[in-house]
Amino acid sequence: MKKNRVIPVLLLKNGWLVQSREFSRHQNLGNPIDAVKRLSKWASDELIYLDISRDDLYDIRRDDQGYRNINSFLGIIESISKEVFMPMTIGGKIKNLHDIEKRLLLGADKISINTEAYKNNSLIEDAAKEFGSQCIIVSMDVKQNENGYSVFTNFGKNDTGHDPLYWSKRMESSGAGEILLNSIDRDGTGIGYDIELLDQISSKCKCPIIALGGVGEWSHFKEALEKTSVDSVAAANIFQYTDQSVFLAKKYLAKKGCNVRKPDLLKL
Amino acid sequence: MINKSVCILDYGSGNVGSVFNLLKHMKLDAVISNEEKVIQNSSHLILPGVGSFGSAMEKITNNLPLEVLENEVLIKNKPFLGICVGMQVLANYGLEFGKNAGLGWIDGVVDIMHSADHPLPHIGWNNVERTQESMLMSGFEKINDFYFVNSYCFIAKNINNVLAETTYHEKFVSVIGKDNIMGVQFHPEKSQGAGQKIITNFLEY
Repeated sequence: MKKNRVIPVLLLKNGWLVQSREFSRHQNLGNPIDAVKRLSKWASDELIYLDISRDDLYDIRRDDQGYRNINSFLGIIESISKEVFMPMTIGGKIKNLHDIEKRLLLGADKISINTEAYKNNSLIEDAAKEFGSQCIIVSMDVKQNENGYSVFTNFGKNDTGHDPLYWSKRMESSGAGEILLNSIDRDGTGIGYDIELLDQISSKCKCPIIALGGVGEWSHFKEALEKTSVDSVAAANIFQYTDQSVFLAKKYLAKKGCNVRKPDLLKL
Repeated sequence: MINKSVCILDYGSGNVGSVFNLLKHMKLDAVISNEEKVIQNSSHLILPGVGSFGSAMEKITNNLPLEVLENEVLIKNKPFLGICVGMQVLANYGLEFGKNAGLGWIDGVVDIMHSADHPLPHIGWNNVERTQESMLMSGFEKINDFYFVNSYCFIAKNINNVLAETTYHEKFVSVIGKDNIMGVQFHPEKSQGAGQKIITNFLEY
């Protein structure tokens, strides 16, 4: 039986791994390559890297740790793909088919597209035709307002006025292979997923939904897997703070009877 | 692993890089090439693959010296491992975007998976269950998780060639083998420790 995946999300800002809260404050968590090695040892099922830099300045700046300075997000990705042998999704600043191809050639398995899916009507369809639906993820940031939910783009700044279910269905029929569903309200809060939102979308879409936003304890993963039809559970902050985080999360879920891959600690 | 050298067959498939990175990480002697000499001088051959059956076969026919390859694999019995579409092209023909001839090294047909209400492509970690003893799957527990991305699967004519199966609504063949010719539907280069073990086992052949 196919497993529900447990997926760490890494937010990279100007070459640094950061923590995000409600899409506005970003606290520096250090070197992304070290983080990736840790997450790999703890047998993550997959990794999602999102570049949230607002300009094009990148610098890992840690010569003391034995890495040369790597000047771009793509350089960081290229280094990571030589160390990590699990599926990688890359998102951020993707504008056209050429941007997608460049990332796939560096070792990305999937590409996550957010703002540009809204700005460019045919991008998802063209991308799915060219590279296959299996590598096209549409990332959708959702915020609650007085009328219900709305899809936001541009790092949560632009309200599209689209209902998330309408947008997911539209993206799915355009060829999106998966949807990364993120709650802006829950981002960095640790109070748990927006279960209502996850249920609304995952019960109506055929393509796999990846839940994101709000996880503060392992039981939040279980809640989403039990109460909704999401395929995968993702989180950012919680995986960075605990030693062996992914291993412990999967151990918890396996013990509770969730359909996850056997927890493991790998030697790299 | 003395004197083992792997040639990753270069025919214009997108994922040769990840397979190469894995072999290098495992400190193996590996090259990406389509040159006759390199193919002849290597001890093991790997054919990676992504994309559709027809386009993979077209690239294989255009970019690989097929006569040399068939001489090495079918006559000299050089160990060969096909990955994903690289496994599928071992069949007689495939039915993705029309009927296309395959290499025909292992009898069978490649057709779309019967997944009912499960979405295709089949993406993610799934169980691989051994159906018989084999070198490639030796040392594994009966059931292991590997990473898959596929919509089509290999329907083998001869059940003796089926080494392991996976269930996604229906059972499909996830590992195939006929003497020195082997194929895996999953991606060892994305399957962490289990994937590395498959490569190690292959090199023991």
